[in-house]
Amino acid sequence: MNKIASAFANGKAFIPFITCGDPDLETTKACIREMVRNGADLIELGIPFSDPTAEGPVIQGANIRALASGTTTSKIFEMVTELRREISTPMVFMTYANVVFAYGAERFLTACEQVGIDGLILPDLPYEEKDEFLPVCREHHVALISLIAPTSAGRIATIAREAEGFIYLVSSLGVTGTRSEITTDLSSIMKVIRENTSIPCAIGFGISTPEQAAKMAGLSDGAIVGSAIIKILAQYGSESPKYVGEFVKKMKMGVRC
Amino acid sequence: MTNTKGRFGIYGGQYIPETLMNAVIELEAAYEYYKNDPEFQTELSTLFNEYAGRPSRLYYAEKMTKDLNGAKIYLKREDLNHTGAHKINNVLGQALLAKKMGKTRLIAETGAGQHGVATATAAALMGMQCVVFMGEEDTKRQALNVYRMRLLGAEVIPVKTGTATLKDAVSEAMREWTSRIDDTHYCLGSVMGPHPFPTIVRDFQAVISREIKEQMLQKEGRLPDVVLACVGGGSNAIGSFYHFIDDAQVRLIGCEAAGRGVDTFETAATVNTGRVGIFHGMKSYFCQDDFGQIAPVYSISAGLDYPGIGPEHAWLNDIGRAEYVPVTDEEAVCAFEYLAKTEGIIPAIESAHAVAHALKIAPELSKDQLMVITISGRGDKDCAAIARYRGEDLHE
Repeated sequence: MNKIASAFANGKAFIPFITCGDPDLETTKACIREMVRNGADLIELGIPFSDPTAEGPVIQGANIRALASGTTTSKIFEMVTELRREISTPMVFMTYANVVFAYGAERFLTACEQVGIDGLILPDLPYEEKDEFLPVCREHHVALISLIAPTSAGRIATIAREAEGFIYLVSSLGVTGTRSEITTDLSSIMKVIRENTSIPCAIGFGISTPEQAAKMAGLSDGAIVGSAIIKILAQYGSESPKYVGEFVKKMKMGVRC
Repeated sequence: MTNTKGRFGIYGGQYIPETLMNAVIELEAAYEYYKNDPEFQTELSTLFNEYAGRPSRLYYAEKMTKDLNGAKIYLKREDLNHTGAHKINNVLGQALLAKKMGKTRLIAETGAGQHGVATATAAALMGMQCVVFMGEEDTKRQALNVYRMRLLGAEVIPVKTGTATLKDAVSEAMREWTSRIDDTHYCLGSVMGPHPFPTIVRDFQAVISREIKEQMLQKEGRLPDVVLACVGGGSNAIGSFYHFIDDAQVRLIGCEAAGRGVDTFETAATVNTGRVGIFHGMKSYFCQDDFGQIAPVYSISAGLDYPGIGPEHAWLNDIGRAEYVPVTDEEAVCAFEYLAKTEGIIPAIESAHAVAHALKIAPELSKDQLMVITISGRGDKDCAAIARYRGEDLHE
């Protein structure tokens, strides 16, 4: 079993997101430890990008703060190296195509394999363009995660059949950010996904409460939460880790109900 | 190496969120159908001729020619189009296409405001809703155009993120499009973004070089020796170059905004200072740091103040078919003033970048050589900013 599959092996998975370096990498490290301690099954680590076009204002803010504190791709690899000495929870990177391209795909994915990154999510790399990085990802045993959106009609089966690691199902139209209600007919999308692949599928975008997480995990194999955690970081800065831990604990209980 | 749709060499592609993929696929299919539809083409020609005032003049700049004592200079007067710039060519095409597709709402980004004004104009004409995203910094530099857009019935949303300029307006328009696709067409203003935009925008702007070719053959009986145009994203430049790409004897020169100079960080000269990257839906050249963070570019010209360039230009550069030269703020302002005093034509500060390079190279060319400079827009919108640059505060 690969490491990503193990995250989904004990019931529904809770997948928290954090932007590395917001407000600094020491805080990120402490938050990740808290996430693990409180039951995170897989952790999504954002590498900041200057112009995150798939993000709403909350995560845009995290990207700005992280870059302002001098966070770079190289420093994030160092941070993951240190964390891997104590943490075995699966971890995936979320960033934008240019961050990988500028670092050099070969160099980036070699480093991912060395430090123990299990997957890569690139929101601006759709199915049509995945060959840009897929061969290098495979060579280094890093799963290139596929996204499916509410507007993916006619494409779901094709994407699902070739998906690796897990499928990231985008709950709603628009950018990341918390939503009071998720209205997309996700169960019919899930049905097509299930018919075409056996890999797990987690739902993200707009989830901020244990009730929403429970509902989304009920429809799929897990819930991904980003903006709600970033709001804690924006409010508490370097004091965030304990609040992040409490939040993860509460959300994890939600998905396991 | 990837070889997907919409490639110019290695450049182009469709690097966008999954949420938008069906929208660009639908757009491509509609465009492929309507571009060969005689009725669509007739409607578009009528709009070009009767509404936008095409064909635009190819004007012999006699005083400028005598003054520079070199190449014989013609100006392609896109500034005389309705709304005062070449932007209307693309917008009429896209708005008509969007209408055929059943869309009722246009969204757009704008830098100098010319594309925003053109989109607001087409929306008013065709009875569509219009929302324009504009960097807050640019809303200040181009206050007159903000007023024009609102007058035309558009909603103008100042974008405060990042550098609050054109790239942030593009990002925000893309974000808006992901949240509302059904009734909305993203009327992208330049030959950039994901496929099929670089091709669609080029095809609608190619009317510029088609006319230059006809007009030059009529006036001089031969093709020009050199064609100059300013380049931000590159829509008026590709429009000016397109029908000459296969005529190898025609030199094609794109003039980039160097801001305070290519050896400073305050520049927007993408080909001259950028590297290959992936951003805003395309692979092309971008101003960026070692880690791929997009650089906060600068130019006096809000329309050229963009850290990327259209993928077809990146390719034309790599294969050596077109040259891309940097022009500083100071050179552009001098050319702005020069054309006003010499020919009685106030060019847009964007277009003044092309005039500035012409001032450098025309004297070195022989008198039997023919030069065309595309004046992509009129400069009324820039007067207050140029006055400020010269230390004078205008109260409009």
